[in-house]
Amino acid sequence: MRLNFNIEGGDFTKAGSASSQVKKTLKQINVSPTIIKRVVVALYEAEVNIVAHAFRGNISVDIEPEQVHVQLTDEGPGIPDIDRAMQKGFSTASPKVREMGFGAGMGLSNIRDNVDTFKITSEVNKGTTLDMTVLISDNQ
Amino acid sequence: MTVRELVQNLNFRVFCGEANMEKEISGGYTSDLLSDVMGHAEAGNVWITLQTHKNVAAIASLKDLAAIILVKDFMPDDDMLAKAQEDDIPVLGTGEQTFDVSGKVFNSLRVI
Ligand SMILES: Nc1ncnc2c1ncn2[C@@H]1O[C@H](COP(=O)(O)OP(=O)(O)OP(=O)(O)O)[C@@H](O)[C@H]1O
Ligand SMILES: [Mg+2]
Repeated sequence: MRLNFNIEGGDFTKAGSASSQVKKTLKQINVSPTIIKRVVVALYEAEVNIVAHAFRGNISVDIEPEQVHVQLTDEGPGIPDIDRAMQKGFSTASPKVREMGFGAGMGLSNIRDNVDTFKITSEVNKGTTLDMTVLISDNQ
Repeated sequence: MTVRELVQNLNFRVFCGEANMEKEISGGYTSDLLSDVMGHAEAGNVWITLQTHKNVAAIASLKDLAAIILVKDFMPDDDMLAKAQEDDIPVLGTGEQTFDVSGKVFNSLRVI
């Protein structure tokens, strides 16, 4: 099963709606709560990163019996130094975004902590692609 | 302890979610940083914060939190309230500041 979502940069009122839809779908097909929790945290952070840092983006979620694979691509400023961006506490969020409580620089580490595979590629002034997988193991 | 018992104990104001207050509280999390809560709050926690926008309700719902407690007489924005109502998340309020609220909630949860 594949779910697709379009994300508008800057539109915080819709942030989290893709995550919420994916959570519902995973629940309906009886994926274990532990797996759902991990997918939700990673997807939410990645979704909000597009809203907070990019212009627009697309999310595609592939739900298979043995894994959930998510790809997010965006058009935006890109990430000049990915290692630095991955560090807890590093953030380029605007003052307005920080006022809302975003911009702690914890989103990417939350993603890394919750997924089984994680790959981020980015081109400055073009955009960013994030690929991640959460495995659904037999004993879950 | 359920959300309803906590509300009665500590005299919290109830902005919404009256119908979903029988949930057992698993603990609490105090933070105004959304990705901190997203990464570290546990299902069934009450979330103590001064943030009042829609994303707060969205996170509480995604994380299956038991309730949101707004401190210092902060009021939920209209779209936060609407989202919390839609997803049946109790939004509570108090005039007290974060340290005091956290301490009182902590002690209440410890008693039972
Ligand atoms: N899709 C993206 N496009 C451009 N820059 C990004 C993107 N995602 C992350 N970044 C950059 O990486 C930094 C760190 O991201 P991370 O999600 O860890 O923290 P944050 O979004 O700044 O704050 P938080 O997630 O804690 O609210 C961002 O501040 C930004 O500079
Ligand atoms: Mg982020």
